[in-house]
Amino acid sequence: MKEKKNLLKNPSFQAILTSLLCIVLGLLIGYIVLLLINPAGAGEAIGTILINFLSRNSQAAQLKALGNTLAKTAPLLMCALSICFCYKVGLFNIGAAGQYEAGACMGLYAALAWHMPWFVCLVLAAIAGAVVGAISGALKAYRNVNEVISGIMLNWILLYLSNMILVSPSVKDVTSPYTIRLASGNPKALIPTAGLNTLFANNKTVTLAIPLSILFAILIWVILTKTKFGYELRATGFNKEAAKYAGMKEKQNIIITLAIGGALAGIGASFLFLSGYQEWSTTQTSVPAMGFNGIAATFLGGLHPIGTIFASFFIQSITDGGALINKSVYPSQISDLISSIIIYLCGFVLFFKFALNNWVSKREAQVSKVDGQVIKADDKDSKGGDK
Amino acid sequence: MDAPYAIEMVNITKRFPGIIANDNITLQLRKGEIHALLGENGAGKSTLMSVLFGLYQAEEGVIKKDGKEVKINNPNDANDLGIGMVHQHFKLVQCFTVLENIILGVETTKGGLLQMDEARKKVVALSEKYGLQVDPDAVIEDITVGMQQRTEILKMLYRDNEILIFDEPTAVLTPQEIEELMQIMKNLRAEGKSILFISHKLNEIMAVADRVTVLRRGKYIGTVDVKDTTKEDLSRMMVGRDVNMVVDKTPAHPGDVVLKIENMTVASKVHDNNAVKNVSLEVREGEIVCIAGIDGNGQTEFVYGLTGMEPLVEGKITLCGEDITHDSIRKRSHMMSHIPEDRHKHGLVLDYPLDYNIVLQRYYQPDFTTGAGFLKKPDIRSYSQRLEEEYDVRSGQGSITIARAMSGGNQQKAIIAREIDKEHKLLVAVQPTRGLDVGAIEGVHKNLIRERDNGRAVLLVSLELEEVMNVPDRILVMYEGEIVGDLDPKKTTVEELGLYMAGAKRNVGVDTERKEEA
Repeated sequence: MKEKKNLLKNPSFQAILTSLLCIVLGLLIGYIVLLLINPAGAGEAIGTILINFLSRNSQAAQLKALGNTLAKTAPLLMCALSICFCYKVGLFNIGAAGQYEAGACMGLYAALAWHMPWFVCLVLAAIAGAVVGAISGALKAYRNVNEVISGIMLNWILLYLSNMILVSPSVKDVTSPYTIRLASGNPKALIPTAGLNTLFANNKTVTLAIPLSILFAILIWVILTKTKFGYELRATGFNKEAAKYAGMKEKQNIIITLAIGGALAGIGASFLFLSGYQEWSTTQTSVPAMGFNGIAATFLGGLHPIGTIFASFFIQSITDGGALINKSVYPSQISDLISSIIIYLCGFVLFFKFALNNWVSKREAQVSKVDGQVIKADDKDSKGGDK
Repeated sequence: MDAPYAIEMVNITKRFPGIIANDNITLQLRKGEIHALLGENGAGKSTLMSVLFGLYQAEEGVIKKDGKEVKINNPNDANDLGIGMVHQHFKLVQCFTVLENIILGVETTKGGLLQMDEARKKVVALSEKYGLQVDPDAVIEDITVGMQQRTEILKMLYRDNEILIFDEPTAVLTPQEIEELMQIMKNLRAEGKSILFISHKLNEIMAVADRVTVLRRGKYIGTVDVKDTTKEDLSRMMVGRDVNMVVDKTPAHPGDVVLKIENMTVASKVHDNNAVKNVSLEVREGEIVCIAGIDGNGQTEFVYGLTGMEPLVEGKITLCGEDITHDSIRKRSHMMSHIPEDRHKHGLVLDYPLDYNIVLQRYYQPDFTTGAGFLKKPDIRSYSQRLEEEYDVRSGQGSITIARAMSGGNQQKAIIAREIDKEHKLLVAVQPTRGLDVGAIEGVHKNLIRERDNGRAVLLVSLELEEVMNVPDRILVMYEGEIVGDLDPKKTTVEELGLYMAGAKRNVGVDTERKEEA
């Protein structure tokens, strides 16, 4: 048996390579767009987007900005994990946004109307998200309603439902459309910083949410690859018919999967709103972007829970960087454009992999033709690839 | 003096990383002959045909048309050279008529409008010339498989193809339809067409082919004249050793009833006439009962109902004295093993490695999962390795090979190993030898008979006549969802079986017509 494999044929390596390729191409196209708008500052602008917090003047400001980015990476990562988890089971959880809204609404209501401590709010938010996910799941399992359709509709239903619930006088600020700040309304509901804030120039929005989200990523990875439950879920995702044949309860698994996805998105929402980073605007009329950005982070992360951690940070970082560019010349949405181009290119990941495999095979075939020994040729290639 | 070659593939070599799929293979098709290409699964037949159709480029060797070297870079080139193929799975638009399917892609138009009259004339002329009975205006989904195949043949003829390739054309036909196809092939030969007949059914090759080229494991074994050879010789060439053509078995000693089905009715998702209607049967321990019939007569739904994949409309199933009519698939699987009809759709999770597939029915048991719900990967691996050894499942990288990368025969062996090794009283084997070569078929049959001799009840569902005649101890014929015949394989003939399968025993008109044709 061959022990050494060509590095270029290693699936994990390929995933990383293609993701990087997507990023480079996305930035390149973003740069071209910037050039078209105004050539003078394009280089500086793309630089700002890329380095984000490092473009600040002082070290303290840099750390603080990094803290903000991290505070928003945590909820993004949770949404990405929600989508990633469902995707592994063959479900496209575009309803993560609605599950996120449900989590935000439940978390804030529990915090402000019932004065619950943060961990109770967190659990309730998870349950709210899970219920919304389970609705999509049940519709899919028993009525064969596409989870994308029901997900999108639930996104809007949950948005207005949340607005309606959160205008309650005990929750909403009297003078503004926003919910009451947790720091004044119920400090107990703020997720503890556990000293992490001191690392980021006393940025109080840096909380336990960040390490927790990474723990969730690892947990999801373990569930998917090491457990009986993950074995069933992935089998269902790969081949629903075979799962049924093997006596797995594929309907139940669909509902459980979307419920777990919903719980993850719900927790993600409370990671943002219970960190005191921002308040819910009860007059908002668009579905929060967090759920959708999660899709980007999932695909860029190669549909791997661990890869998703880095992809979430990257997407959040360029989004924040986009807010820092010269807005009199460029629209801040330029970073949205870049990340959407990257997502778009992620659709080509399979194509890239295919082209790469083809290229590697061709080269191997050529080498094997020369010396007739495929295995030796393989070894040479992988050594070459290591450098 | 022999006829000149219509197409020649000379010294073709095609490598894939780590494997040589075609190693210096020469295939020469004469004008006006029927040339059989014989080989086991994985022998390189498909690769060779893909090279001929320009889907792959050979590293070495040349292709010659009428003695002149040609380059075939894509299927269009092959088409331009007059090469056409009837695929094993027909490529027809289900909701189009026969005529529409035939002209698809080569429509005659005037000012953007279809000119069907000319096409119709040509199709009618062709079908008369070659004896291909079709109704040009029938919709594909309404006609028989045999007529669909004739439509495919007409498609090739309509394109004036001179070289016709038939890929396993008899797999889906009744014995009578096979007879007709053989006659059609002979007619085509008489009109000067050259035919390449890909098959591993030795009877058919002996009946219709002039010469045979045999491949084995990517290597060219030889080309022989059919009149100078025997079935035994051919199978030896194909498999590389003597193959026992007759299934060895002692008389059955049936014991207690294991499976009892009473008045089972199962709804069909496709057609009303596919549903299982009021079927009752019994299978005893130590016997093999075979459900025979032409594809699509309710066998699939019958198995779905029996194994719990579909609910019953009516009826009762008793297994080992327990009423399992409403039990889940999982619960039934404790006493019932199921080799499914479609190994890709049901039998395997193709993207899982071999060892995960080996435990597909048992992964949840304490042997393979800890109390906390974690998979015992080393145990799964070693169990898989044991079965691979015992059942001779071969794969590129052993237990970690992704199932998709394995050959069909080895995929099937893996499923059989899994289903036989697990606890069970009843084995339901649905077309267990579908797409397998002679050597592998022999192995599957041995396993079925060993199961029987070990006191298990075996319910075999098969479309293969040779299998139906040789393996079981009892034959039940299914036609339009009903059991129409209960036969003793020792006392019946293929012809009689064919009549039952075609429903002719119930329809006098069809009965006489068939007899006349035969």
